[in-house]
Amino acid sequence: MSKLAEKTHVDTPPQTHRRRRLFRAPNDTPAGALTYVALIITIALAVFPLYWMLVIGSSSDRELAQIPPNIVPGNQLGTNFDYVFNTDGVYFIRSMLNSLVVSSIVMVSVVFFCSLAGFAFAKLRFRGRNALMVVVILTLTVPNQLGAVALYILVTKLGWQGELPSVIVPGLVTAFGVFYMRQFIVDAVPDELIEAARIDGASTLRTYGSVILPTIRPAVGVLALLSFTATWNDFQWPLIVLGGSEHPTVQVALSALAAGQFTVYSRVLAGALLATLPLLVVFFLAGKQIVGGIMEGAVKQ
Amino acid sequence: MTTTTTGGASVVHETPPRPPGRRRDEHGWRNRLSRWDFKYMPYVLVSPFFLLFTVFGLFPLIYNGVVSLRHWRLDNPAADGWAGLENYKRLFSDTAFWNALINTFGIFVVATIPQLLIALLLAGLLNRKLRAMTFFRMGVLVPYITPIAASTLIFGTLFANNYGIANQLLTAIGLDPVNWRAERWSSWVAISIMVDWRWIGYMTLIYLAAMQAISRDIYEAAAIDGAGPQRQFWSLTVPLIRPTLIFTSVIATIGMMQLFTEPLLFDSNTTSASGGSAHQFQTVALLIYQTGWKNLNLGYAASMSWLMFVIIVALAGLNAFLTSRLGRGK
Repeated sequence: MSKLAEKTHVDTPPQTHRRRRLFRAPNDTPAGALTYVALIITIALAVFPLYWMLVIGSSSDRELAQIPPNIVPGNQLGTNFDYVFNTDGVYFIRSMLNSLVVSSIVMVSVVFFCSLAGFAFAKLRFRGRNALMVVVILTLTVPNQLGAVALYILVTKLGWQGELPSVIVPGLVTAFGVFYMRQFIVDAVPDELIEAARIDGASTLRTYGSVILPTIRPAVGVLALLSFTATWNDFQWPLIVLGGSEHPTVQVALSALAAGQFTVYSRVLAGALLATLPLLVVFFLAGKQIVGGIMEGAVKQ
Repeated sequence: MTTTTTGGASVVHETPPRPPGRRRDEHGWRNRLSRWDFKYMPYVLVSPFFLLFTVFGLFPLIYNGVVSLRHWRLDNPAADGWAGLENYKRLFSDTAFWNALINTFGIFVVATIPQLLIALLLAGLLNRKLRAMTFFRMGVLVPYITPIAASTLIFGTLFANNYGIANQLLTAIGLDPVNWRAERWSSWVAISIMVDWRWIGYMTLIYLAAMQAISRDIYEAAAIDGAGPQRQFWSLTVPLIRPTLIFTSVIATIGMMQLFTEPLLFDSNTTSASGGSAHQFQTVALLIYQTGWKNLNLGYAASMSWLMFVIIVALAGLNAFLTSRLGRGK
């Protein structure tokens, strides 16, 4: 969007250039020094708790009890990690693997099923399409947490209580994913391309593979990242259904670690660091895409 | 066979007749397959979502209503049977539920108003020609990708009584330290800070996206009227993103009604789910969890969920109605 703005700006004939200086839209106005100061303070506040997690997670508890407190990371990170990994009944290493497995399966499945459904809603004609799309949008606003009691009973009947399918299967397709892929495909894929594929005799799935998939790669990336992050961070439902079992996800294991150690902050925050680190790596590599995805999604609401 | 799409309706052109023989049979078969594909494949493509939603989304919501009318204890499956409205009768006179409702709304108000206001101002700052634009946008989003369980435990140490940074800062500027978990107001403030830390960046990006979608011509017209940057922001930018303001206040409302992780893990006993020594920060979601999985009374927990569901739906409707009325009044 800002690229487009740059372009129109350049295209403006020279005689109007002086007038433009008076009539600037906010996003053409260069930011002042105060804006930068305010933004840097904001970023510092946003990042500080994570830095603090590193400081405490790498200190011994004796160092934490000093006044004034330590404000640089200590050298006890390895010791604290050892403790986290070896606490009985927490299963921390296994929980990290579980989270990796659960988040990866959900990510792949969400991207696959949601892009197929999004394709159908965006580009195929079928009876009831609009009504079904309204249902998808409505389910976006339903707080499904409120069905947790009955969902727990259902999952127990299925024999999944305390097992990973209980946190994988309900998340395999999401309303958000369907909605997001539909919005992207509507704009990104010209109708002519679909028609051309049809005229060539391509089936619906063939059209999806040869026309849709290559065009929606950016959206697939964003949806994959958002699904992975959301599943990795999910806490309440995994706690209900996996809490106390031998197969926790990492957030559930973290809460189990905190439960036994509520005064030993350094060990708890070393665990929190481990539960956060994989996402920080993902964000460092692909944060730009995540930001773009959230902003695009917002404009299309 | 060729198909063309005209104005929403689809037309399937029959292929011209072919000479008889094997070729024709093969063609007829392909034709039928192709027509089936065209007609029914869309339903196949959207069915995974609807199947899964029906089983794991819709069914639990409705079945919750059934459970709420029954005796259903996890520790005593034999004590099963219809309870009628017994759970609901108990609910209406249960002070724990009304206390949790007050806490939920209280924290909602304390957290949401500053959250949306700060996000709006931050979006205004980011809606400039900036160097290192990507850095700033990514920076504000860091809290959003941090696991809630992890961030709540971090804030738990920041708000610790003796060595917590919050109290050391208060002491440094000559104020008395606060026992953050002990009082209703202080625990609400602490939890609101955690919630806002997480959500301000996300809301900021939503507002920023809406602001950048505003046409430049509108600002040019305003510049002729002589509006400065401040007036430009409040009387032009903000009213123009009204649909986004409504959208964010609805999602904030729905999200805050489900507040769970922060009040659970902020407690000094992170497994009790009681929301403080005198339930001073026990939210409805936390009470439902405590009733269902700590006190093992699923039937009663289901009746709470149902009442809360009704409240949320009513509230979301009211919120959308009020915000659009207020906006129109301007």
